[in-house]
Amino acid sequence: MAALNTEPNLPSPDDFYERLIATHRGLSDDESALVNAKLVLLLANHIGDAAVLAQAMAAAREGVGTEPRGEAP
Amino acid sequence: MKTYRNPVYAYQRPPELDAPGGRRPVVIVGAGPVGLAAAIDFGQRGIPVVVVDDDRTVSVGSRAICYAKRALEILDRLGCGQRVVDKGIGWNVGKVFFRDELVYRFDLLPEPGHRRPAFVNLQQYWFEEFLVDRVHELAAVELRWESKVVGVAPRADGVDVRVATPDGEYTLACEWLVVCDGSKSPVRQMLGLEAEGQVFRDRFLIADIHMKSDFPTERWFWFDPPFHPNQSALLHRQADDVWRIDFQLGWEADPDEERKPERILPRLRAMLGDKADFDIEWASVYTFQCRRMQRFRHDRVIFAGDAAHVVSPFGARGANSGIQDTDNLVWKLELVLAGRAPDRLLDTYDVERTYAADENILNSTRSTDFITPKSRVSRTFRDAVLSLAKTHAFARRLVNSGRLSVPAILVASPLNTPDRDSDFAGGPAAMIPGAPAADAPVAGPAGDWLLGYLGGGFTLLGFGDAVGPFGVGALSRERIPCKVVQVGGKATAGATAVEDVQGLAVRRYDARSGTVYLLRPDQHVCARWREFDLPSVRAAIARATCNH
Repeated sequence: MAALNTEPNLPSPDDFYERLIATHRGLSDDESALVNAKLVLLLANHIGDAAVLAQAMAAAREGVGTEPRGEAP
Repeated sequence: MKTYRNPVYAYQRPPELDAPGGRRPVVIVGAGPVGLAAAIDFGQRGIPVVVVDDDRTVSVGSRAICYAKRALEILDRLGCGQRVVDKGIGWNVGKVFFRDELVYRFDLLPEPGHRRPAFVNLQQYWFEEFLVDRVHELAAVELRWESKVVGVAPRADGVDVRVATPDGEYTLACEWLVVCDGSKSPVRQMLGLEAEGQVFRDRFLIADIHMKSDFPTERWFWFDPPFHPNQSALLHRQADDVWRIDFQLGWEADPDEERKPERILPRLRAMLGDKADFDIEWASVYTFQCRRMQRFRHDRVIFAGDAAHVVSPFGARGANSGIQDTDNLVWKLELVLAGRAPDRLLDTYDVERTYAADENILNSTRSTDFITPKSRVSRTFRDAVLSLAKTHAFARRLVNSGRLSVPAILVASPLNTPDRDSDFAGGPAAMIPGAPAADAPVAGPAGDWLLGYLGGGFTLLGFGDAVGPFGVGALSRERIPCKVVQVGGKATAGATAVEDVQGLAVRRYDARSGTVYLLRPDQHVCARWREFDLPSVRAAIARATCNH
């Protein structure tokens, strides 16, 4: 099973971060939420590995809110 | 309604009101699509059956309108597929719009060389009327209208059913009670049984309109269209220039208000324009649910169709799955009634059809979550998918306006004999044990389609000179006989020979000369081999009937 890579993998992290913030420039919160959702979907399709995506979703959820209830994967 | 007048079927005073009657082998509650399909199947097998229904006509309103390929194939076996297809409107193309743009188009036509199309749209009243006509051809079926079940008393060896008629009440005793009385199932409630699951907090208006229009015969689904902002809408063509339109209304809508013509008309005008010339035929406001009974069999009371499981309408998985329930049940009950299979064969109805119901509920719930997002973030992701779908192919696969009904492949059924060794390894997986038989064009004595030769009883489908005359004779003399259909090869006494005119049967069944498939009476594959072997076929039939 492929593992989610959480070691540094971005060649130029500051450039990436600046671009990510810039992508949202001038948008309302609702518009930004839509852009983020599209970004997640585009990246998820690019990764295309269900196990990696599941690990990423779990890592993103960690420490936020209460534990997700046990629903179908 | 302008295009349809409901027939009125005559109530007849039942003999049991005057003198106690004998015990019936089977009583069916409910003369809807599912109860009628069951009745025809029993009737064709010569099993006497009484159907009781509290009404005296067919469906009022069009209700279930999409009949899927597999249901049509079952209806072919029941002798009424052709009328449904002739009257109905075949369609294959679906379009999905987001706001005012087309974002996605799908074509359900799988491939040529099948007798039946992916879907036929037909109003439920026509569908039921055709099935009632078919019932009237069968001496073994007695339809009792204006007969309402008011009590059910299960016993160790049968069920006593209390029936109310215009002339009073009587008791109908039966060995087996098949309950097809719909999603609110009065019989289920009388027995204190529950169907558990989810009720969705949304309301939909459905309106049937009569309209001459040059809209194409396609399924059109809109998310957030300009004529009905923030909600969804669906347009579907039915027979007789009747069009079905669904409007999502939201949970806050008042169902009594929304049913009024003065509320419906502006919605239709906004969608169809000021010039459209139409009449409203019928309208209804509904909420929907995804739930099922924990078990479909309760000793001698067996539930089928919406009485056992309900799904949201997106995907057309209601009536289609109910008809598949009866397809699965009736041959098993026939064997049990005849003493040729043990009672526990009926537990496999429960195993196989709860599996299918779970598949339908899963698909239907996912569609509903897409169409009716339950949270803001769910709505945001939904809109993100739709806005990506127009330009990015991957997102089209995520658009879910209903995953349309396909039959369950009963892979885990205890009735299957697993493939031996690596006989079929590496080949196409379509015809694995548990799958419904694929159709193919053939030439032979009983019509041009392979499915017409399969089912009813057990069938051994052999390719080339697979089964010799000894095997054919032996199988015909078994306690549970098995007919032999031979594709290609030399004529064999006692076997039905068909010609694989386009080579599609060989391809779809991954066949070589000598390959044999064992098909259940409901046309599902239950075993297959590369070589005929009589003891193996006997063992597989025993396994498929719980005689082992």
